[in-house]
Amino acid sequence: MSSETRQILTTDGIPLEVSLKKAERKNKIKAFLLVAPLLLFLLITYIFPIGDMLLRSVDDKMVTEMLPKTFKSMEDWDGNEMPPEEVFEAFYLDFQKLVEEKRDGKLSTQLNYTKNGFKSILKKLRRKAKNFEEGNYKEQIMAVHKRWADVEYWRAIKRRAPAFTSSKYLKGMDMYKNEEGKIVSVEEDRRIHRVLWLRTLEIAFFVTLLCFLMAYPIAHLLATLPMKYSNLLMICVLLPFWTSLLVRTASWMILLQQQGVVNDFFVMIGLVADDNRPEMMYNKTGTYVAMTQILLPFMVLPLYSVMKTISPSLMRAGKSLGGTPFVTFWKVYFPLTIPGIGAGCLLVFILAIGYYITPALVGGASGTLISNQIAFHMKSTLDWSFASAMGLMLLAGVLAIYWIYNKLVGIDNIKLG
Amino acid sequence: MALPKYTEPHYRIWHYMYIFICTCVFFFLIAPLFVIFPLSFNAEEFLSFSEGMKNLDPDAFSLRWYKDMIYGTKNPWGLAAKNSFIIAIFATLGSVILGTVAALGLSSRHMPYKGLIMATLISPMIVPLIISGVAIFFFMAKAGLAATHTGIILAHIILGTPFVVITVTATLSGFDHSVTRAASSLGSDPVNTFMKITLPLILPGVISGGLFAFVTSFDEVVVVLFLAGLENTTIPIQMWTGLREQLSPTILAVATCLIILSTLILVTAELLRRRSERLRGINI
Repeated sequence: MSSETRQILTTDGIPLEVSLKKAERKNKIKAFLLVAPLLLFLLITYIFPIGDMLLRSVDDKMVTEMLPKTFKSMEDWDGNEMPPEEVFEAFYLDFQKLVEEKRDGKLSTQLNYTKNGFKSILKKLRRKAKNFEEGNYKEQIMAVHKRWADVEYWRAIKRRAPAFTSSKYLKGMDMYKNEEGKIVSVEEDRRIHRVLWLRTLEIAFFVTLLCFLMAYPIAHLLATLPMKYSNLLMICVLLPFWTSLLVRTASWMILLQQQGVVNDFFVMIGLVADDNRPEMMYNKTGTYVAMTQILLPFMVLPLYSVMKTISPSLMRAGKSLGGTPFVTFWKVYFPLTIPGIGAGCLLVFILAIGYYITPALVGGASGTLISNQIAFHMKSTLDWSFASAMGLMLLAGVLAIYWIYNKLVGIDNIKLG
Repeated sequence: MALPKYTEPHYRIWHYMYIFICTCVFFFLIAPLFVIFPLSFNAEEFLSFSEGMKNLDPDAFSLRWYKDMIYGTKNPWGLAAKNSFIIAIFATLGSVILGTVAALGLSSRHMPYKGLIMATLISPMIVPLIISGVAIFFFMAKAGLAATHTGIILAHIILGTPFVVITVTATLSGFDHSVTRAASSLGSDPVNTFMKITLPLILPGVISGGLFAFVTSFDEVVVVLFLAGLENTTIPIQMWTGLREQLSPTILAVATCLIILSTLILVTAELLRRRSERLRGINI
């Protein structure tokens, strides 16, 4: 048979295949148009701003724009010996312009980030430069202060030439680029960020583990009890789930304070002396206890929804084949709950790793996490590019976990309540 | 969970231990919420139980913190409550409309790049709030919407839509599309079909998504902390400042009100869930 005879035509004489494709395309466009408003809204207000964070975190145009002539003249300088006269002249002209525009203060702050000691010599240069004579700027600048005759400082300026920098990311991991351009770590006692990253991971991990250990038995109980009892007990899980995070944190603050209910109880049963009440808040203990209770429902619900689908006859079958209750549980029931365990653990871990409010309120200095550091730089130091860099490093970690989650359970399998 | 008579002693012990552990965990989950109730009626200015309260002396209890919450001049709880409700209601409306329409598109089998788009739409739920806060703040600052109600409402729409998308797609997954086809074959236009056929059937999902969006907005503090000015203070912001600065029992009075509100929401959500499961023919 030839291909023409096999082709089926619609009543309009158009081949069915073409007509179908047209209808399919129409449906595709229709479906897409329904999603488009939300997608567009999120792209503009949410996804692009996250991209903006990325730009901000590597952006270093400020210095580049402040010293355009200097960086141009530095292109031919290899950085081994003192730069030639042209560089000094260009720097003098750029600097005079900045002084006129009153922007030299910003330059000195920025250069001081790169190398300590710029602030004072720029101030001195500003004072002396008024009386500079034309020509031979090299001699004149070098005479202002001995550091201007030090090639290290000129190399430091050259390092700020690129419009993009990875320095904020390096700073987030307590590293920096030294004079030779090598990446090195800061001194041991100044590694504050690494401590925070490790603590965030540690707390997220142990909170997840604690949640799992506590959620497994109660999810099992909820799934095996008759409906009328389990519905009642489910309220114990759902009420905290629906209650304001701040209310739950507040109740932990009341319970854990030194004159609080938990300490009162410890004194009453004679565990601790009245004048020696332990500090349970404003440290790691507070963060662990409060975060575990707050995130527990997020572990119970996925576990419960998986356990609900496991038929009790499987356990009976296991037992009838001679397995003891423990063996049957371990060989039959537990493997069947693994999807729920994966979902719950990853959900809790993702939520815990980005936690902010609870650690800020009950964590004190030793219980704060990386999110608190990001908020601190956003609100107090106003180093937004550093906050963006730290945020994106955290985001990269979370997205990696999200990707695993998606592979394991599928993102549309999230169950709410 | 009565044990059969032939159960061996060590399994019996294990079983009672299991019940005991479960009881402890349930206690750990629910008990902290109940500390707040009695303390909010404390006649004194402390956040711990006074001697009088322990002896159940009626004089040790009072409504003074509730009066302070409503009439107190120092605490702008009235303004905060008004703002919170306005913001939450508009954010919920926005989330529900955008989310439901998007869910309709997503459940269509013709939808291209379904996985990628779904992941994008749900991302505000997965990305840590602090990062969402920073990103949204950058956008609102550029758009000139920082420290305005509009800005906060838009931010809460971003955070609320994933919940609506998830609940409505879940409801639509059990939806029988032949009823809409029947409606169109009887001459109904798509909008009419949606309003008269689809919407009433998926309404439980829409409302429970809306409840999630409402709670998210009403309870949200991280993003609002970046965006709000003095005029836009909300209940969570007031609680946050209160918990950080002066821990006064007024906060407990507010917290009690919030627990009552969340109980109401929980009951509504549960009833809706059962109704929707009944409609989908799942026995509970």
